[in-house]
Amino acid sequence: MPKSTSQTNTARRRFLTETARTVCGVSLVGLGLGFYTHNAQSLPATSLRPPGALGEDEFLAACIRCGMCVRDCPYDILKLADIVDQAATGTPFFEAREIPCEMCEDIPCVVACPTNALDKSLTDINNARMGLAVLIDQETCLNFQGLRCDVCHRVCPLINEAITLEPQHNMRSGKHAKFIPVVHSDKCTGCGKCERACVLEEAAIKVLPINLAKGELGAHYRWGWKEKQKAGESLVTPDIEHQYNLPEGLQYDHGGEGLKKE
Amino acid sequence: MSKFNNNVKSNRGWFITHKWLIIRRISQLSIFALFLLGPLADIWIVKGNLSSSLTLDVLPLTDPYIVIQSVFAGQSLTTIAITGALIVSLFYIIVGGRVYCSWVCPINIATDSASWLRKKLNIKSSSLFPRNSRYWLLAITFLMALTTGTLSWELINPVTLVQRGIIYGLWMSAFILIIIFLFDLFISRDAWCGHICPVGAFYSLFGKAGLVRVSAHYRDNCDDCMDCFVVCPEEQVIKPALRGADKNISPVIKEINCTNCGRCIDVCDKHVFKFTHRFNHSTITKNSLDQESLQ
Repeated sequence: MPKSTSQTNTARRRFLTETARTVCGVSLVGLGLGFYTHNAQSLPATSLRPPGALGEDEFLAACIRCGMCVRDCPYDILKLADIVDQAATGTPFFEAREIPCEMCEDIPCVVACPTNALDKSLTDINNARMGLAVLIDQETCLNFQGLRCDVCHRVCPLINEAITLEPQHNMRSGKHAKFIPVVHSDKCTGCGKCERACVLEEAAIKVLPINLAKGELGAHYRWGWKEKQKAGESLVTPDIEHQYNLPEGLQYDHGGEGLKKE
Repeated sequence: MSKFNNNVKSNRGWFITHKWLIIRRISQLSIFALFLLGPLADIWIVKGNLSSSLTLDVLPLTDPYIVIQSVFAGQSLTTIAITGALIVSLFYIIVGGRVYCSWVCPINIATDSASWLRKKLNIKSSSLFPRNSRYWLLAITFLMALTTGTLSWELINPVTLVQRGIIYGLWMSAFILIIIFLFDLFISRDAWCGHICPVGAFYSLFGKAGLVRVSAHYRDNCDDCMDCFVVCPEEQVIKPALRGADKNISPVIKEINCTNCGRCIDVCDKHVFKFTHRFNHSTITKNSLDQESLQ
């Protein structure tokens, strides 16, 4: 075999070996990265995204980790995730219990975002849905024990809309009312003021990501009384007036005097 | 071969033999100083980081690499992101793609230091990776964005991690700089910037058109001391231009991985290299030499 051919062969072999090695190495990196990405994408329930943030999956694709929202947050609430934080590296978040969103009217964080990660169509901060407050522990919430703490209700920027106090009979004392804080998901922005203000060692009311906090009806579910109102009449078996089988000469006045003689 | 790097003992002064190095370090440090001026001194000239920034509230600059990853992940672009990315792309087409590496990126300071210390400590281990690993990795980062639907690479990209870490005070992220330094120093020569980094690989693509180039315009005067090869972080780029006179190859270094760092200009006692533009193929020969053309 002429020398030049054998040299070409050696060169070709070296090229093939080297390419195979590189491709294998890089594929392994890709594979490892794939697994890591899968794990790193779960945002801890206590980390909240800025107002207007897209759903978490889309947010992670659109956010380019520049931190403009962090810089333009006038209250230094937002921070970028360090590599040791659980939120995806370099993405903005805040923790309600540490420092909640102040709900600026001009929403500077959204304005600052150079991509679609924070949705520009959010112009009224009251429409923000950073999460949803949930009164998660009835066993420690002071209002549930019949005390008048009310702090979560008082600090709510949408007082009497996002959190209302609903009176209930206090069965323990038998004669007092309990004022139960109730969060309304159609109003709550998830700013986290209530969680921050909760007087307990560990907050009884917490802002959770909406997908954790909310239930969802099956698409085929209907509320009978709403459908009835819409249709003007019952759509299933019509209501029949209740018949009481009483001895002759007796009548039952429901919601009135009760049992009475004719 | 071992005596090549002893030739650096030049009778030109230290400042002359480190001129471009000093200018580059000033460039790298002042870019980060500008970013830090806001949070530290409340002087907001530049906001954001190298992924995306706003200068003086008017000039948007966006890293085209991260923007393209975002597109692969299925996101549509905003006008401001496109504008910023176009300005940055245009800039690197003019000055040469990998100017990002040698004049902007702070990791370059760590890897240059590792490379320098390697020579001082006489650490001989060679590179574990082929130079084209970075292009494979670049392809993988786009592929990962496409398949995972997210900015997968940006979870671990040491370049953006370190830059963001410095600018936003995320110290665990900035700490990666030290890891890269040690890796380059002890494990593999010029590993990160010269072989692996897909960010550099991406920016090198702008180098195909890069206007500002180094030319071995006085290659006739080369005395084969090899100083430029020793100091160059991408030594493969020099040979065609420097040794190509016989084959009628242009003296302009057109290889896209030349970072325009200017170290070859600094170290060459024979004034072989200079900065010029890519269409200036002129050379001087010893015969035609007059003193003015040296200045």
